[in-house]
Amino acid sequence: MKSEFSEYKGVYVFVQQVEGVIAPVSFELIGKAKQLAKALNSSVSAVLCGHNVAHLADELGEYGADTVVLIDDPALESYMTEPYAHAMYSAIEFFKPEIVLYGATTIGRDLAPRVSARVHTGLTADCTGLEIDPETDRLLMTRPAFGGNLMATIICPDFRPQMATVRPGVMQKCEREPGRKARVLPFGVKFERNDRYIEILDVIKKMNESADISEAKILVSGGRGMGSKENFRMLYDLAEVLGGRVAASRAAVDAGWADKELQVGQTGKTVRPKLYIAVGISGAIQHMAGMEESEIIIAINRDETAPIFNIADYGVVGDLNKVVPMLTEKIRAMKENA
Amino acid sequence: MLNIVVCIKQVPDTNEVRLDPKTGTLIREGVPSIMNPDDKAGLEAALRIKDELGAVVRVVSMGPAQADAVLREALAMGADEAYLVSDRAFGGADTWATSSTIAAAVSKLPYDIVFTGRQAIDGDTAQVGPQMAEHLGIPNVSYAEEIRVVGDSLIVKRQFENSYQVVRVKMPCLVTALTELNRPRYMTPGGIFSAYREKQVNVWTRPDVPVDDANIGLKGSPTRVKESFPKALKGKGEVVTLDAEAEADYLVEKLREKFVI
Repeated sequence: MKSEFSEYKGVYVFVQQVEGVIAPVSFELIGKAKQLAKALNSSVSAVLCGHNVAHLADELGEYGADTVVLIDDPALESYMTEPYAHAMYSAIEFFKPEIVLYGATTIGRDLAPRVSARVHTGLTADCTGLEIDPETDRLLMTRPAFGGNLMATIICPDFRPQMATVRPGVMQKCEREPGRKARVLPFGVKFERNDRYIEILDVIKKMNESADISEAKILVSGGRGMGSKENFRMLYDLAEVLGGRVAASRAAVDAGWADKELQVGQTGKTVRPKLYIAVGISGAIQHMAGMEESEIIIAINRDETAPIFNIADYGVVGDLNKVVPMLTEKIRAMKENA
Repeated sequence: MLNIVVCIKQVPDTNEVRLDPKTGTLIREGVPSIMNPDDKAGLEAALRIKDELGAVVRVVSMGPAQADAVLREALAMGADEAYLVSDRAFGGADTWATSSTIAAAVSKLPYDIVFTGRQAIDGDTAQVGPQMAEHLGIPNVSYAEEIRVVGDSLIVKRQFENSYQVVRVKMPCLVTALTELNRPRYMTPGGIFSAYREKQVNVWTRPDVPVDDANIGLKGSPTRVKESFPKALKGKGEVVTLDAEAEADYLVEKLREKFVI
């Protein structure tokens, strides 16, 4: 079986850029791809699609890409499923990668399945772990299943490339090496408009002051135990003195106390901040799936049997209405005295 | 008159699924089955188009015989026809084989719009919709939050990274729906009566679906589950119970130790 696939080589990453800005997950994927390529004694290629985006190749090199496959065309100006699927399909047919990785973003989760159907190969969604099986050289793709209750390891034994989408915030990007250069390979693809093309009429920015919670170093997160939307105010106060941001559990979002954008967990975002303070969050498996990789976890909850205490580094059992404002005041006083 | 196909899946309510603390396996007993929420939003979107412009709404589900229940629910909500794609030969399919099977079934029906949910809550892959569109050779718009029919096209507002895209897509097309799209209607007593007494669920088995043997079931699935295991949780830290002031002091001290403040 292995010899049949011998022409498939290299670990490829779809680089997601919107308006000339590369999504952080793309650098995370390059970081992971380097580990996989090392295990396979192979190299990392970043596939950069867009229009007038050649200058982004430098950054990709500095974050670890060995080669940048550059598909630069007016048809790729803004993300649309069909021309991007055609670009990736064409690159896969030509370069025959062993592995192709995409971020599990709204773009990646739209593009990758379309490409997998066109190429006729498997695709594993929302992976949180990727490694090479040392015996078979196959890619082992691990993902949460059943709402995060179970983990499943998936393989794609008989088709190439092996493809996966990967949750943002899970893999580590490499340290940036200024001046490290990638070899740039411009790759021409012919685009012809067909019935599968759509037309973009408008792009509406979300009216949301909170930057992406998956980028925050410190998160103060509220759950069902907050009791009301008004009570979320105290979380904003605590987040402010800590220089962090506010997040929420699904229960709090479903109750209408917090915006869906702030939701952490299986159906929300995966975060791995330096500090995660879970306030009034009992710790449903679906929630913990999205935050358990945080460096330090603090839990404040009145129920000492709450599962969140099983993964918290520091837990206090008590009344959040008292503890949180006091904590905020003490930190504020300390900062003022410093 | 528009023809609309809605693909729906019967799923266990994963909020109700629990792990057996001793064996680490899923406890599925007593877990209710529901119509997948994103799919239900797709069905509601189809029914609203039917209410407004007139349309024939056909629902399709692939699954075991029990999936009859979600198709009856869809009929009771107002769908016109129901098709259950059900055969052991289709079992064990990954998203690739599932999408090729359902696409083949859908290709037997007239359609201007195909709705699927963005993703099913028991798998969360969000792959079957876009893959079906590829098999059918039609455009797809995923993550739809608003939708309206204008002439021979749909105008769709879709979630797109940290913004929305408003796009025009020509029919026939496939749209994947988010629960944000709408609030699905309830079944009416008359609808329930009609769904069980007057309407029928058409069952399509292997010979009824025009798809190659190589593209169905476990054998037609490029991916395989190598193993599954309960999630390993990280170790438990310290938990203290003090009065509120002392607890706040305790946390301040820990934050200082860790150089957070």
